[in-house]
Amino acid sequence: MEIPAVPKEVDWREFAVEQLIRLMGVSAIGLVLLIFLFLIKEGGPALLEVPLSNLMGQRWYPTFDIYGLAPLILGSLLVTAGAIAISLPLGVATAVFIGEIAPEWVREILKPVIEIIAGIPSVVVGFIGLQIVSPLVREFTGAPTGLTALTGVFLLAYMALPTIISIAEDALDAVPQSYRNAAYALSATEWQTIWRVVLPAARPGIITAVMLGVGRAIGETMTVMMVAGNAARMPLGLDALLRPVRTMTATIAAEMGEVARGSTHYHVLFVVGLALFIVTFAINLAAAMTIFRRERGGGGRFLA
Amino acid sequence: MLLRRCLGYFFIPCLFLLFVSCGQGGPTEPVPSRTTIVNVGSDTMVNLALAWAETYHELHPEMSISVTGGGSGTGIAALINGSTDIANASREMKSEELEEAERRGMTPVEHIVALDAIAVVINPRNSVAELSIPQISDIFAGRITNWREVGGEDRPIVLASRESNSGTYVYFLEKVVRRDDPNSSDLFSPEALLLPSSEIIGLEVATNPNAIGYDGLGYVTPKQKTVRVARTSAGPFVPPSIDTVNDGTYPVARPLYVYTVGEPTGAIRDYLEWIVSDEGQRIVAELGFVPLAGA
Repeated sequence: MEIPAVPKEVDWREFAVEQLIRLMGVSAIGLVLLIFLFLIKEGGPALLEVPLSNLMGQRWYPTFDIYGLAPLILGSLLVTAGAIAISLPLGVATAVFIGEIAPEWVREILKPVIEIIAGIPSVVVGFIGLQIVSPLVREFTGAPTGLTALTGVFLLAYMALPTIISIAEDALDAVPQSYRNAAYALSATEWQTIWRVVLPAARPGIITAVMLGVGRAIGETMTVMMVAGNAARMPLGLDALLRPVRTMTATIAAEMGEVARGSTHYHVLFVVGLALFIVTFAINLAAAMTIFRRERGGGGRFLA
Repeated sequence: MLLRRCLGYFFIPCLFLLFVSCGQGGPTEPVPSRTTIVNVGSDTMVNLALAWAETYHELHPEMSISVTGGGSGTGIAALINGSTDIANASREMKSEELEEAERRGMTPVEHIVALDAIAVVINPRNSVAELSIPQISDIFAGRITNWREVGGEDRPIVLASRESNSGTYVYFLEKVVRRDDPNSSDLFSPEALLLPSSEIIGLEVATNPNAIGYDGLGYVTPKQKTVRVARTSAGPFVPPSIDTVNDGTYPVARPLYVYTVGEPTGAIRDYLEWIVSDEGQRIVAELGFVPLAGA
């Protein structure tokens, strides 16, 4: 088809905007790369100073040069997995309710309320956790203390919810109305339409929602530092949720302020940061691969 | 509780801004020359340092003292970097910090400005009233895990400790958990809760009947119960107080330090002299710390 002639000036503008957007896209990748290089530069010396067997150990006593990362990595994974196990079903169900079932006026109220939840500062959530959630956890579970992984899990689930709901709701919204009409035309019920048609079509968007929720949970610092007890024990065994746990983020936040710059402990904290980066990256990569593999089957908006 | 700390963090920069803005004044009006002393360091001492700074500013309006917490290590690092005039520390400088200072051609000078008793605190509902240092050591190292073993109810013991970067943590580890024995390699139990502030330790101890914690006497509230402590199981068991620290009978007390680069001169010397004077030491007592004997 013949492309209609465009005035030269507009053409030039188009070019500039295109380049600007390209520059922004490239610089986002560049920044991630720079962060990674910075972590390697600051954490690298630790790999020379501390034997690998020490870093692979199960005890974290930085004051005495015992730098086992395992309890920290497992601690972060435990609270994140727990938080997602709660917030994924709750979040997707809420998104379905808002997007598919609720009448217009309910939706108009619910959406801003959920966005307000996202705006509550994490230190405030932590304070509520200390004063209310932690005593409740102690009383109901009979754990020796209320400052446990489970307390952290509840609060992180609460904090990941708004992210999951908003993005899952966007994904449902992006499923073409014709899909629903087709399902109804085949005499599917409302539930069958949601479960068999709309949710599968929105699958990539929902996975993105969960990934951002994971990012929120694994990266959260202040709240877990306040309520999870920060004991660097190996969170293995059935009672791990009812025991305190120390996450990678809380470790960095609690210790970075006091270490002597350039000391071994300082470099090891960057190794912790590197481990956090790699774990997050691996989770996102796994999710992206799932999306790419199934992309052809879905009609949801691609958000990743 | 926590609020006090948050307010502190909010208030200190505000105070600092206030001083700075006062200091600038209008260029036309003659402003009396103003001296600012920067003071960074120990979280244990931050309320004390703030009280000194405020009172001193009232007495000498031409002097401004900006106070920031962050921890003993932060203060000493700032002193070595030259970003603070005086550093507060609840522990002595470590040898590596001294080396770093000397490498930069500095001679840090240590001043003892107050004393602090470390109280061992439990929930008021706990019936235990006295513990010996060997017992406290066994508790915090994880060798005793039930209150029954030290004469209490059949309840698990929950340990509430400061974070490992705290001067109080290091002091308690060396003097109590390791019983002042340099050959001991005892550590805090890995089950110990490492809590980011005195307020959260206080909250956990006040609300959890299983908990035991330790903190500076100035941070103990009526919702916590202090334990009488003895050096050995034979006693005597002594409660922490100003008197028992001064007469040396309470076994877990430490000095609080201020470090300067070289012997202080001018305004800084005047300020430090005022701190150890009767007036400065009266503030020490008001905030629950222990004034220097003979002051």
